[in-house]
Amino acid sequence: MLRTRIIPCLQLIDQSLVKTVQFKKHNYIGDPINTVRIFNELEVDELCFLDIRATVEKREPNLKILTGIANECFMPLSYGGGLRDFETVKKIFSIGFEKVVINSFAVEKPEFIKKVAEHFGNQAVIGSIDVKKNILGRYNVYSKDGTEKTKLEPIEWAKKLEELGAGELLITSMDNDGTWEGFDIEINKKIANAVSMPIIANGGAGSIEHIGEVLLKGTVNAVALGSMVVYQKKGMGVLINFPDKEQLNNEFLKIKK
Amino acid sequence: MITIIDYGMGNLGSIYNMFKHINVESKISKDTDEISKAEKILLPGVGSFDAAIERIRENGLKEILDQKVLVEKVPILGICLGMQILTSESEEGNLEGLNWISGRTKKFVFADNHIKIPHMGWNIVRSSKTNPLTYNLAEDSRFYFVHSYYVKVYEEKNSLLKTTYGGIEFDSAIQKDNIWGTQFHPEKSHKFGMKLLENFAKI
Repeated sequence: MLRTRIIPCLQLIDQSLVKTVQFKKHNYIGDPINTVRIFNELEVDELCFLDIRATVEKREPNLKILTGIANECFMPLSYGGGLRDFETVKKIFSIGFEKVVINSFAVEKPEFIKKVAEHFGNQAVIGSIDVKKNILGRYNVYSKDGTEKTKLEPIEWAKKLEELGAGELLITSMDNDGTWEGFDIEINKKIANAVSMPIIANGGAGSIEHIGEVLLKGTVNAVALGSMVVYQKKGMGVLINFPDKEQLNNEFLKIKK
Repeated sequence: MITIIDYGMGNLGSIYNMFKHINVESKISKDTDEISKAEKILLPGVGSFDAAIERIRENGLKEILDQKVLVEKVPILGICLGMQILTSESEEGNLEGLNWISGRTKKFVFADNHIKIPHMGWNIVRSSKTNPLTYNLAEDSRFYFVHSYYVKVYEEKNSLLKTTYGGIEFDSAIQKDNIWGTQFHPEKSHKFGMKLLENFAKI
């Protein structure tokens, strides 16, 4: 049976690992290479790295750090942040990453997704959508690390990304990010029902039950973890860790009919 | 020394990295002279079937590889698309495969659209025979897969490992004489993949 993918989603700012709360605060976590070594020991099944400030700070991806990460990692790896040209994407693949995550630049230039997907295959492209609920309960798509509100409607945008060739979607709830209060079930479910590609739910995980909940009720295929894998507990110090695999399996059993 | 064939199909860095990590010498090469001297070959592959076959032909590798594999009997391991092109034909394209192991590469088709394509993620493998490539693999071994097409060999004796996805059972590793193929990516399957590539290095 195919295992449910539980993906530590790690935030970079250039060469430092950080963790945000609702896309604000950049709490320092540590050195990415050391962290990756720990995740290797933990036999984590997949890792995602996002340089959350690259686009806003108009920086290129830090290829030196990413090469260091790829040299240490023997698991599937994805990278997003500041990807705006085809040559850079090519470099990311050549150093050993197999997926790129594209968010802001897809909003600016949707055909970029198509170009990357045509060249490297749909499985190599993760479309990333940051969503935030307004006071009326309507969801809006944001780009540039949540600093720019777009005119896009999340479900339509998800469908468009699929049409352009994205192979999966990373849905990040800006409201839930770093809160430990659980995923936004509603938006994940709506998007999962609207597209046929796999959905990775991101933002808000605080417990193993939250993971089970978004898989079951949100009908997503995979789950990204942030705070949970870099802190001991909410409000406590840094500790690189991964949820207990037995407990995770128990949650998965509830879902599989 | 293992020669990783660079024919422009996919990311070779991670294979090289894993060999380096397990202290196995390898080099990435597209040079026909160098490949014709290879002692052991790794054939990677990401992309589409016809494109891979075309690139092999364009780079003048077809004759060299036939010579190395079928005449000199050099051990070869194909990974992912690199395994699919070992077969006779594919539903993904019109070109003939390398046809070293008779079999067909077929498309995943599911009536239930909750079963996603590609088959992506970690899955288990079942083995019913002993083989140098899978020697001493841990019982709970799992491997990372990403593929929309799967292989069925025509002769059961060429099936080495089996995996099931969405109710379809396929050959997740195949073997005939000195030729091996894995549908999954050992280079992305941490300790389980390391064990398998170590085994290949020892063949």
